[in-house]
Amino acid sequence: MGSYAYPQTLVDTDWVHDHREDPDVRVVEVDVDTFAFEEGHIPGAIGWDWASQLCDTRLRDILSKAGFEALMGASGITPQTTVVLYGDNNNWFAAWAFWQMKIYGHEDVRLMNGGRTKWLAEGRELTFEEADIAPTTYVAKDADMSLRDYQGALAKKVDAGSLHLVDVRSVAEFTGELLAPPGLPETCQRGGHIPGAANVPWGEVCAPDGTFKSRDELAALYAARGVTGDKPITAYCRIGERSSHTWFALKYLLGYEDVRNYDGSWTEWGNLVAAPIERP
Amino acid sequence: MRTFNAEGYEVREIVLHGFPVRIASVLLDQAWSCRIDNVSPGATIARGSGPTREAAEQDALTRATERIKRTRRIPRDDR
Repeated sequence: MGSYAYPQTLVDTDWVHDHREDPDVRVVEVDVDTFAFEEGHIPGAIGWDWASQLCDTRLRDILSKAGFEALMGASGITPQTTVVLYGDNNNWFAAWAFWQMKIYGHEDVRLMNGGRTKWLAEGRELTFEEADIAPTTYVAKDADMSLRDYQGALAKKVDAGSLHLVDVRSVAEFTGELLAPPGLPETCQRGGHIPGAANVPWGEVCAPDGTFKSRDELAALYAARGVTGDKPITAYCRIGERSSHTWFALKYLLGYEDVRNYDGSWTEWGNLVAAPIERP
Repeated sequence: MRTFNAEGYEVREIVLHGFPVRIASVLLDQAWSCRIDNVSPGATIARGSGPTREAAEQDALTRATERIKRTRRIPRDDR
């Protein structure tokens, strides 16, 4: 992992095995499938439910600062804790949690490369039991909204052509053939994509075992779609979790400086009355 | 803390009602667990469990089939 821009943000399964009981390390599982944690998790790990613990369901927003502090405190995390996140679907919602932890300024947060699937495929140790947690009082930094894009600001940048916009959904969602991933409920009124977006499906950044491709491979992948570090980059998907994964790759593996996640994503933009879209 | 090891992880792909899906199954302690995702983008469609790999997969496949049958393809002329 040494060639990545910020290699300290990624650890492998061996590292987690060796450090999972370190007192200054907290391993956290965050899954798309919120039942997965109960089927067995890394000993010592705790679980966060993205649908109830990592969002404000009333506002349809990320956690407030107070909400974030409460979650960290209940999880036994201090600002000095090394937090290692992992989850299913190659870390979709683990990356979502990573993004929020960076918004609130947590210094040392890492992803376990390959996520839950790699841990299972390697036949590693699991448990059903909950870890004993001593609650803490966590004081977060003010939110760094330079990591996030909002629809209004994004629309101005789209009009001005002043950014690289990356749609990380599948090709069929990008073209409007599908209004939702196969088997999932439709959450928008129309298909297509935000004008000017390049389609780089999130999974293209991963090797077959779910780990991230090399820095050179990632740079070539994005450059081939016209996405380089010469302009600000915003990634989006349907609700912002797949794009968190791409945001991580662009910002921490490739080291592009100005990268944002538009978590309103297609569920917001695609449902806006009169918002411009493209369909090939 | 009682622990166990994941065993027998296997993954394969099939086509279900015109859509590729990935079937992953693993033995977790005493029960087999199966998850089916839609390959691209890779979202979980259904999960199942059972005393054997086959039973867990069938459990998940039943639910995945119900859900994926509802997926609409929008013809190009109707977009």
